[in-house]
Amino acid sequence: MKLISTHTAPHFKEEKPEVKTALIALAGQPNTGKSTLFNLLTGLNQHVGNWPGKTVEQRQGSFYLGERKVNLVDLPGTYSLTANSPEEIITREFILRDHPDVVVAVISAASLERSLYLVAELIALPTPLVIALNMVDVAEQEGLHVEADVLQAAIGIPVVPITATRALGINELLQVVMRTLEGQTMPAARLPEIRADHRHALNQIMDIISGYVPSPYPTDWAALKLLEGDAEITQIMQTGLPAEKWVAVHDVLRDHDDAMLAVASGRYEWVGRMVRAAVARPRPGQISMTERLDRWATRPVSGLVVLAIVLGVVFGLTFTVGAPMQSWLESQVVARLASAATSALAAFPHWVSSLVVDGMIEGVGSVLTFLPILAIFFAAFGFLEDIGYMARAAFVMDNFMHLMGLHGRSFLPLFLGFGCNVPSVMGTRVIDSKQARLLTILVSPFMPCTARMAVVAFLAPAFFGNYATVVSLGLVVFSLVILMLNGILLNKIIFKGQRSAFIMEMPLYTLPNWRTIGMLVWQRSLSFVQKAGTIILVLSMAVWALSRLPGGDLQHSFLAGFGKFMEPVGRIMGLDWRLTVALLTSFVAKENAIATLGVVFGSGHTENLAQTLAAAFSPASGLAFLTASMLFIPCAATVAVIRQETGSWRWTALNLGLMLVVSIVASSLVYNLARLLGG
Amino acid sequence: MINIYYMLFLKIVKCTLEYTMVTMISFPLAQLKTGESAALVDFAGGRGVIGRLTSLGFTPGVEITMAQNSGNGPLIVSLRGARVALGRMEAQKILVQRSDA
Repeated sequence: MKLISTHTAPHFKEEKPEVKTALIALAGQPNTGKSTLFNLLTGLNQHVGNWPGKTVEQRQGSFYLGERKVNLVDLPGTYSLTANSPEEIITREFILRDHPDVVVAVISAASLERSLYLVAELIALPTPLVIALNMVDVAEQEGLHVEADVLQAAIGIPVVPITATRALGINELLQVVMRTLEGQTMPAARLPEIRADHRHALNQIMDIISGYVPSPYPTDWAALKLLEGDAEITQIMQTGLPAEKWVAVHDVLRDHDDAMLAVASGRYEWVGRMVRAAVARPRPGQISMTERLDRWATRPVSGLVVLAIVLGVVFGLTFTVGAPMQSWLESQVVARLASAATSALAAFPHWVSSLVVDGMIEGVGSVLTFLPILAIFFAAFGFLEDIGYMARAAFVMDNFMHLMGLHGRSFLPLFLGFGCNVPSVMGTRVIDSKQARLLTILVSPFMPCTARMAVVAFLAPAFFGNYATVVSLGLVVFSLVILMLNGILLNKIIFKGQRSAFIMEMPLYTLPNWRTIGMLVWQRSLSFVQKAGTIILVLSMAVWALSRLPGGDLQHSFLAGFGKFMEPVGRIMGLDWRLTVALLTSFVAKENAIATLGVVFGSGHTENLAQTLAAAFSPASGLAFLTASMLFIPCAATVAVIRQETGSWRWTALNLGLMLVVSIVASSLVYNLARLLGG
Repeated sequence: MINIYYMLFLKIVKCTLEYTMVTMISFPLAQLKTGESAALVDFAGGRGVIGRLTSLGFTPGVEITMAQNSGNGPLIVSLRGARVALGRMEAQKILVQRSDA
């Protein structure tokens, strides 16, 4: 019997009332291969969004299991179900409120003890459970042999061994899931118990709160979470209980302030029993592959060397593969599209073709031409995460990132900013702490991206001749210093200097799973095109309108008027209205600054433009302009992804405001300092 | 009545003894050298951090082996068959004692 049918069912079939549906949830700790299993089951038939009201990624998909249409929800990866993070609350609220028909708990045979801890929590919830024992092959490599049937007998819940990366055991898993859906369950699961010295306290609390626990929470579960000091359940019970009952609960909790450890120890005792039953011990003294690789990847000196090589390869790939593709798209696709549109629209008034060509095609083109580079960055990122290197890079850079109140996890996303700020902002998804992630997003647009460097590379030789390289390098270092200062400052002001604890699993190194990486590249690129694309289109058309209306040319447009209005501010920075307008148009895409200067100085040829500018402005003004373009508000694409990733226009506005102020202050200082020094 | 006082006395003695034992022979995990092992005794930190640590396997009595401790910056320990990186600050707040002590 073929259980899983690839999703080719005609659309009307879904509308038929006799099609039975089932809701299945995948739960599991990070690095257990949960996403790989999800991708395997749903294929491309999945969509990515956010959990309502949260910035946590939500993935849903569907597939057919026999006659049933299964809606599969990929719950966020969590180590436990105690309210330590939004992911943990999402997971348990989903199981308790949405009542999935089956929860499949994915555990890793290679770190069985730790990944069973989540099962010890899931098993206490009123939901049918099936355990998928994944990474059996990795465990064997590490010298561990896990007997699935023994584990199944010990826990009292179906356990199916699978190897998700090679699609092994999936049909067996689905058969067990189907049997569970049909109501065939194992007689009784063996539940973990609290450590003996706290059993009495648990019973006391259960007696007090019984009858007062709001749905959907089970009473015994709520009592256990109270003992664990779970912030959310404590708050719910404090408001739900009559005052004298709460005092009674509080008294019990005060007498057992180490109850949290007793609960966790109880679970680990349970886990220990299961592991002892089901695992053949590894040969002692065997050094695992992971340990051997970590001798290089995490040591203070060699770790940095490895990191430098990895980064070198990533950027090498970007420039050897991505850049040619980018210029091919620009000349072959975007330029051809523009000229085709121009001739097609020749019959219409000039402003129509200008709107289409300069407004729409230019905006969409800037998105399109950036896709190859973005895709390469997403692929490199997904690859490093999938093989387990990401945690090592974070570990090596942790000390350095502390200077900004950040963790090592923020390093790689930030570093990608040298290429482009967009993957940098989207890459912050690997940061587990919400606050550290927000801080990383807020500072990432200060990274000098390639488009900004293109502006510098064009203007610096004209203004500074032989010193161009020194000036360019100086500008990069200056940007990085500004980035660090902002990190320190934002951390102090907004986050009150708090730094969440650095506790990070170091996953085993595994071979890359191309399906998982491919899916990641596809989804990230798609979400960039869909969400960011619309915002970029709107913004670039707005800038087009402002730079053409009312007269039709830039010199007499609203934008020029605004530039002249802003000239007093510009003059502090040594910029006249033309340079100010160039800065403003760089909002669509950073390299636009040069095109705008070309228009206002009426020189179409770029080689003349640099000379014209050098003759028209003092080196101090030139330096101030370059400083401003390095730090000025990021391009529309970056703004769009900042909005997408923070999920808030307020943070986006704060970020833009911050960059605006910083760029004005910094370039004013640079201008006046340069003049003082006789520039 | 005397029984209650006796129980109370015993409890105080037990607590004091436990406290002295713990403070005398336990030390922060951050001081453990690469390759050495120790058993977790207690935590000295806030609830949130302890919650995250326990879910990764840090519970009293667990055997922790230091996989890498270079003297400054974060360190790597292995416990329950998995490797975990900890900031030095966090490792200062985990008290351990030598398994053979």
